[in-house]
Amino acid sequence: MPGPLVSVLWFVGVFCEAGVVVCALKKRAFRRYLLLNLYMAATVVVELVRYKILSEYGNPSPQFSYFYFYSDAILTIFLYLALATLYVHVFSEMNAERYVKMGALLLLAGTALFSYGVVQQSAAKFVTHFVIELSQNLYFVGLVLTYVLWGAILKLRETRTRLIQLVLSLGVYFSLLAANYAVRNLYPSLSSVFIPLVQLCGIFLPMAWAYAFWRLPEEARLVPARLAVIPR
Amino acid sequence: MMAAIILVCSVVFLLQFFVSYCRSLIAASIKHPLSAEVQDVTGITNSATGEDFARVVQLLQLCPDRPEDRSGIQAIGAYFGLLGFVRSSIAKLVPSLLKWTETERGQCTYFAAVALERRIAFSRDMFAQQLEN
Repeated sequence: MPGPLVSVLWFVGVFCEAGVVVCALKKRAFRRYLLLNLYMAATVVVELVRYKILSEYGNPSPQFSYFYFYSDAILTIFLYLALATLYVHVFSEMNAERYVKMGALLLLAGTALFSYGVVQQSAAKFVTHFVIELSQNLYFVGLVLTYVLWGAILKLRETRTRLIQLVLSLGVYFSLLAANYAVRNLYPSLSSVFIPLVQLCGIFLPMAWAYAFWRLPEEARLVPARLAVIPR
Repeated sequence: MMAAIILVCSVVFLLQFFVSYCRSLIAASIKHPLSAEVQDVTGITNSATGEDFARVVQLLQLCPDRPEDRSGIQAIGAYFGLLGFVRSSIAKLVPSLLKWTETERGQCTYFAAVALERRIAFSRDMFAQQLEN
């Protein structure tokens, strides 16, 4: 059985993730941000299955490790696609949906190819190494893409408060995870400290999205230039 | 080497996203006028200052918690701490930062006061519902 702290973090995480879907449904934003909400719904399902496997087989166990890394890769790809839909929202007036989708798929294929190049030397457990590498690389690609999107929001003077908060919170989440992976690669001995932090970081995103859906109406507007760290 | 570059980029991006996210939270609440009651309780009449933040947060903690506000208040609390750190370190070398951090800290206090007002209204609604039942 997982310890009390892990169980509490798990419960809070699942509660917040389900909360995002409920808030979006209540505020009629579910369809507008469909992939974001489907990602959160998928995360709830994955977290519940992870908890079940952890309770039955314990950690470390091959069953839990395999399910954790494979499900993480699928969720990361899902989140990456959700990010692409945020691009579609920001560039909606330019009718650039087709180009954004094509670009996102090309970049995903490029990241997969790069990950393949990195792990092709490892003969044992090739697929597992590839899946882990792909997840880590997608977090960093997601971070860079979110940064580019934030730049586009400032440049295009996008004013939708909810959209801005969704993008910024996603940026914070990707940065936290990318930094976490980088520290674990630099100092493998600290993995036992930094792995539980992933769970803590994971709570931030659903909390921020639930807040954005619940508190901010779709019509809310703000001046994005005021939010930039370096005044424009 | 690659991991070190990713770490540095991530931390720089994290700071930028975090500051912008907190400022977007503040910007969404800054238009909300404070009621006379909350102005009386917090002592904020014209403009809020960073000195009042701890007191307003203490008042916030006296009211029943609202889960949907929690992430915003925690994020602003962390942002306030970050501003305090900048104020006591970098701002001593760059004096223009001192004024900026003070304005930002005041806005954090205003955000907390708006959250307090929402919590008071929420408590009042709950009390009214209990009376009805």
